[in-house]
Amino acid sequence: MNRDVAIVAFGQTDHLRRSDELSEVEMLMPVLHEVLAATGLRTGDIGFTCSGSSDYLAGRAFSFTMALDGVGAWPPISESHVETDGAWALYEAWVKLQTGDADTALVYAYGKSSPGSVRDVLTRQLDPYYLAPLWPDSVALAALQAQALIDAGATDEQDLAAVAARSRDAAAGNPHAQLRGPVPHGDYLVRPLRTGDCPPIGDGAAAVVLAAGERAGELCGRPAWIRGIDHRIEAHGLGVRDLTDSPSTRLAAERAGAFARPVDTAELHAPFTAQEVVLRGALRLGDDVTVNPSGGALAANPVMAAGLIRLGEAAARIHRGASDRALAHATSGPCLQQNLVAVLEGDPR
Amino acid sequence: MSDAPGKEPVAVVGIGQTKHVAARRDVSIAGLVREAALGALADAELTWAGVDAVVIGKAPDFFEGVMMPELYLADALGAVGKPMLRVHTAGSVGGSTALVAASLVAGRVHGTVLTLAFEKQSESNAMWGLSLPVPFQQPLLAGAGGFFAPHVRAYMRRSGAPEAIGSLVAYKDRRNALKNPCAHLHEHDITLEKVQASPMLWDPIRYSETCPSSDGACAMVLTDRAGAARAPRPPAWLHGGAMRSEPTMFAGKDFVSPRAGKDCAADVYRQAGIADPRREIDAVEMYVPFSWYEPMWLENLGFAAEGEGWQLTESGVTELDGDLPVNMSGGVLSTNPIGASGMIRFAEAALQVRGQAGAHQVPGARKALGHAYGGGSQFFAMWLVGAEPPTG
Repeated sequence: MNRDVAIVAFGQTDHLRRSDELSEVEMLMPVLHEVLAATGLRTGDIGFTCSGSSDYLAGRAFSFTMALDGVGAWPPISESHVETDGAWALYEAWVKLQTGDADTALVYAYGKSSPGSVRDVLTRQLDPYYLAPLWPDSVALAALQAQALIDAGATDEQDLAAVAARSRDAAAGNPHAQLRGPVPHGDYLVRPLRTGDCPPIGDGAAAVVLAAGERAGELCGRPAWIRGIDHRIEAHGLGVRDLTDSPSTRLAAERAGAFARPVDTAELHAPFTAQEVVLRGALRLGDDVTVNPSGGALAANPVMAAGLIRLGEAAARIHRGASDRALAHATSGPCLQQNLVAVLEGDPR
Repeated sequence: MSDAPGKEPVAVVGIGQTKHVAARRDVSIAGLVREAALGALADAELTWAGVDAVVIGKAPDFFEGVMMPELYLADALGAVGKPMLRVHTAGSVGGSTALVAASLVAGRVHGTVLTLAFEKQSESNAMWGLSLPVPFQQPLLAGAGGFFAPHVRAYMRRSGAPEAIGSLVAYKDRRNALKNPCAHLHEHDITLEKVQASPMLWDPIRYSETCPSSDGACAMVLTDRAGAARAPRPPAWLHGGAMRSEPTMFAGKDFVSPRAGKDCAADVYRQAGIADPRREIDAVEMYVPFSWYEPMWLENLGFAAEGEGWQLTESGVTELDGDLPVNMSGGVLSTNPIGASGMIRFAEAALQVRGQAGAHQVPGARKALGHAYGGGSQFFAMWLVGAEPPTG
């Protein structure tokens, strides 16, 4: 039996193509202040702090150590860091709250893709002996997945364009999104993916506050209770995976209790249009489910924060009464290799 | 915390390490981690099927040139279809990784967790990997030693410790390493004179008072009470574990004895019911990458009063047959696959209370402390393990 833990606050930056004038710490600090102010907590009140980021985006080793300056870790704090999307930092914090060692947690994530070529940077995630030396970039690998899906008859280019259009229409109502409203679907970037099928490249940060038990109700009018959370990984070799399916998402969703009752909302971390089709299938989401009302990663994709933002956006909808039961999903690795699913619920109104 | 159901006791039932060396050219990164993982599973008499989740840690990805290598290592570590979590908290990461794995068991999220940490430093050059270019840092420092040497000098000034203390630590740790078949450096002809005559690298730190660059991995199987009951060998029980962090630099920071280290130790002792660490703890495996950090951490961890840690070293208390043995394995001074180094400390503490440390066993060790630190003396991770299950 899990301890009741809720997301009680969420904040994010405006996601921008470039943020040359800001260091990571400067980008992050307003978001940290925002979630602390929303809950009335100070750094010293927080039981556990956990963050997600990547040295390969920052271009330097131990890049996360400077972000700690933004937290104000003095007196010293109980703190940890994951070298992946902040959704997994939230998971680590949730585990910490399960032990009873802490009642509140601050989780944050940030990424600046603008200083380098993120398509190329992400090739460094691949098998260093057999795959990385060939530099297959992230768009090319997503295109393989999209083509596999088209070949299987699960979608076509028109469907994919519709996913892109729907996402950016939804983002028109999201002041933080990078692409808002109609965007030309563009030319092929890597066939069959057009520029419109791909996420924007940009910089951004996000933060959430978790609280357990009664503490959640004290900090938030309508806490987004984490009814279940689980994550699973698949094989790394693309050749041994069925790219048209996401068994790790399905298993994580089962373990998180997603199939016990229908959800009204789903925030899916699908940077490429075809990946939304894969995830909808794995999660058995019907047309009655509102998918990515924030615009999703197709509207803003700050790498390392985009997954945490899905959890935050789903929670924020529960906070403001726009959802009662929402699914949030985050992914890591090429072609949806690793996936996290959380089910969030608000108390009955 | 009235709604928290109380923690599940956590037991270490399997430990595996590679033989640590300068360069494992015979194995890939996957081969290296698999060797340690299989060792831990064999010790626990488990197969991959008995593992519910994998928690993996390593220091900066630049050290091997692989971004988020856990993605590529999922297959080699039997993680496909399971949760796999990657931790990175700088040099303390091996310790933090074990603590995250322990939380999964303590919080009853999983029953049995494989945790592993590694570094294959021969893939790159760690010293220059740690020397950050402009604009991140002024071009003043070469390697970690350049960062830590001034703080060692500050300790010497503050404590009045004799110049020779550092060499005593190195001489002890390198001799301890001769008893540990997994240790990287096996200097059979080591003498105190040789340590003291070795070249000065970062004054006052000499070559022989500096950690090597190693390839290596360390793995542990952590499990709950039911898993421990099935274990073929005596488990080590977790009595307390904690992490603490503070910023790299700020006005008033005490680099010699950081408050984050003191607070972390105090939290661990509180959990474990330790009132007098010097009397109640039988063996300490601490992160000493440069010899002088032994007396510095002895004070920071509460084993000696401020300014008196060096007296324990000088009087032989920290020798393998001393009253408070420190770094029985040979320590970081003899073996340093950076990302794994914290976990090797934690594993050595567990080996000691399980009575399985071989030639470097402290006879009758019942409680042992494992310690790791990282960054600019700012990230701390510690655990205290015992031969008996925790009470209460």
